[in-house]
Amino acid sequence: MSGAFTLEAAGMSKRFGALAALDNVSMRVEAGAVHALLGENGAGKSTLVKCIMGFYRADQGSLLLDGAEAEVRNPRDASLLGLGMVYQHFTLVPSMTVLENLVMARADTPAVIDWRHERRRLSAFIATMPFGAPLDTPVHGLAAGEKQKAEILKQLYLGARFLILDEPTSVLTPQEADEMLGMVRDMARAMRLSALLITHKFREVLAYADAVTVLRKGRLAGSGKVADLTVDQMAAMMIGEDRPAAAVERSAAAPGPVRLAVENLTADDADGAEAVRGVSLAVRGGEIVGIAGVSGNGQSELVETLAGQRDATGGRILVEGELYGATRAETQRHHLALLPEEPLRNGCVGRMSVAENMAIRNFDRPPISAGFWLSTGAMREAARGLIQRYRVKTPGPDAPIASLSGGNVQRAVLARELGGDAHILIAANPVFGLDFAAVADIHSQIVAARNRGAAVLLVSEDLDELLDLSDRLLVISEGRIVLETPAAAADRTAIGRAMAGH
Amino acid sequence: MDAEPPRRAALARFIDPLAAPLAAGAATVALFGLFVALAGRNPLEVYRLMAEGAFGSWFSWQNTLLRASPLLLTALCTALPAQMGLVIIGGEGAFVIGGLAAIAAGLRMADIGTPALVVQCAMALAGMAAGGALIALAGAMRHWRGVNETISSLLLSSIAIAVMNQVVEGPMRDPASLNKPSTRPLPDADLIGNIPGMDVHWGLALGLIACLLAWLLMRRTTFGFAARIVGGNSRAARMAGLPVGLMMVIVTGLGGAAAGLGGMIEVAAVQGDANANIAAGYGLSGILVAFLARQHPLAIIPVAVLLGGIGASGGLLQRRLDLPDAAVLVLQGILFVALLAGEALPPLSEWKAKVSR
Repeated sequence: MSGAFTLEAAGMSKRFGALAALDNVSMRVEAGAVHALLGENGAGKSTLVKCIMGFYRADQGSLLLDGAEAEVRNPRDASLLGLGMVYQHFTLVPSMTVLENLVMARADTPAVIDWRHERRRLSAFIATMPFGAPLDTPVHGLAAGEKQKAEILKQLYLGARFLILDEPTSVLTPQEADEMLGMVRDMARAMRLSALLITHKFREVLAYADAVTVLRKGRLAGSGKVADLTVDQMAAMMIGEDRPAAAVERSAAAPGPVRLAVENLTADDADGAEAVRGVSLAVRGGEIVGIAGVSGNGQSELVETLAGQRDATGGRILVEGELYGATRAETQRHHLALLPEEPLRNGCVGRMSVAENMAIRNFDRPPISAGFWLSTGAMREAARGLIQRYRVKTPGPDAPIASLSGGNVQRAVLARELGGDAHILIAANPVFGLDFAAVADIHSQIVAARNRGAAVLLVSEDLDELLDLSDRLLVISEGRIVLETPAAAADRTAIGRAMAGH
Repeated sequence: MDAEPPRRAALARFIDPLAAPLAAGAATVALFGLFVALAGRNPLEVYRLMAEGAFGSWFSWQNTLLRASPLLLTALCTALPAQMGLVIIGGEGAFVIGGLAAIAAGLRMADIGTPALVVQCAMALAGMAAGGALIALAGAMRHWRGVNETISSLLLSSIAIAVMNQVVEGPMRDPASLNKPSTRPLPDADLIGNIPGMDVHWGLALGLIACLLAWLLMRRTTFGFAARIVGGNSRAARMAGLPVGLMMVIVTGLGGAAAGLGGMIEVAAVQGDANANIAAGYGLSGILVAFLARQHPLAIIPVAVLLGGIGASGGLLQRRLDLPDAAVLVLQGILFVALLAGEALPPLSEWKAKVSR
């Protein structure tokens, strides 16, 4: 019931439909080691960890604990085997005290709780730990670092001897992060636990991890002792080697005048923390400006602010030289088009039909409207044209858009946004989760819009996509633009380092 | 994931919205049957009498339609905001405040000798404005202050009823009304009459027209289309640059105006004056109608007639079987609870998928 053990994942594969989220990945974490799991978003880190924790069942592969094969059918099994996970976001109940949270989390909590007994038991447990937590403070009263410590304490109290930390420092200050990771490392050194640290910050890997496994696109991209590797080597593993650009015809005309300008823009995230911290950029007609970055560095908030879904807290947006507030009149006058990420959630009404969703931009203009009245006939007619032109696979214009596959929802939104001649296009992760053919198709549409003279802002977590499509590349980190480079002369290593905040 | 063949999908679209109300109806019939059986009556006899009392004769039909007509308007108070994803349950208050505003305007106009039609139009406008303002307030608070519109509309409704009682017992009280404080009655010439050939007032026609207009507005105009976008996904609506807050105020205002018009009709066609009687629960039954109709403006019509019929049959049950008048309220209550429980069920077309999984 105590002491660190080794964990080995052998040949793990997991498919979701056509997508191989995890393809024959093996990883070995030594007892008492802090092992980093590195990779871009969508590289398969979460899938691997979820297979280990029993949230998913791997299609192939096995899990060995201390050399013996272990079957984990569900998270409960994992917990009984001593596997514990600390999530990026807090899972403690904010209104309850630390004591209440920890007692509640136990699987064997009695129906009637003897709080004095529980307090004694927990105090005795904490006395054996290198750190404590204020037992009687409600969790919402704790600082982020303390909350994260309480989360770790909870896992250890539940008997975890192998800790999986999923980007545990993303909500912490650097000082809190250092303290927390230092603690984990010390406990690993003392052979009390082994830890798997999911991260994309090289700094944390270098300072706290003994070994590292790098995933890229669901495959093992490399692994080794941290001492034997350089940052550049790890960045190369994470980002991948140069590969030939996809054959997308691009016209060589010089960029036109600035169509979209963002000046010192700031915006908060859903929790009220500042997510966009003074972004300035300009996109000219006939060029694609890419924004690279690890997700959660302010990209979503930036795009939402440009889309009118989020209010800016400062700065301004200029479209074709005029102040832009994302009203319907402005969007239509400037022909601004948007391909939001998760289009079903951000740009569609799921229960409305394909035709109705395709009309969201232009239902109030002829021919679909005649003054106050709506012509459903004209709406359907327009939709039929778009469905054909953009090859949207749907039973018909009247099918609810939520019944379409992800790629076809994306195509339908693309048809709506680009169907009317766009002057400015803002696209966020436009091919996320799509198959190869759909990716090529949507990429060529984006380049075609550029060739027609549109100013394109492309936000993506896929660096390959950005390097293929962009004329200019910006890197965003912690809400700021930290690097600008022409895409043709881009240095992947430098980009990788900038993305990782190094 | 293959899409269903279009015909089956179309069939599912037609059946799905009906499945939950029908299941709720069946459960209600069973439960209410049990209830009357426990009261020592034969359920089959009860249902036969109810059918007779509601739809058995021209007389009972007229009684039914009379009871249905306010429900047509109060149901819109819930169904219209529902198109934007709002759950408004303040129809009773809008109905009452609409009736009060209407009588105030009507008496003022009648006193200066205005023609009957003008008096009635002024009453209608006053009733709609008052009811609309009440519910629009709930919509505005929801958008700009984040106040839950369900709770606020319910509380605003209580305030409206209290205001009506206060005014009727105080400033507008007719000294001649002794037992039951009321306002002065409207002159007979200004009352709304009956539809020719029927014992049902013109309010029925206004209710039907209002449901039809509501349907046209939501299904056939750009405004209604925009409202449905807001109701379906407010993120998509903001991306489309739609003025979400303004639209919420307008649609909640229209819903309140419909209920306010109902209150005006109650005053001008049924009561003749305003007193506590106008808070007779039409607004609450309207919520039930709207939910049973799945917030579809046209489906409100048959549902309101059905509910009107249930109400109309109460008298017959009392006379023949000696069941208390409130028995039909028990039926309504069971129906509402069964319906809410049914709302939580997945659509019929998903059942098979669930089973085969």
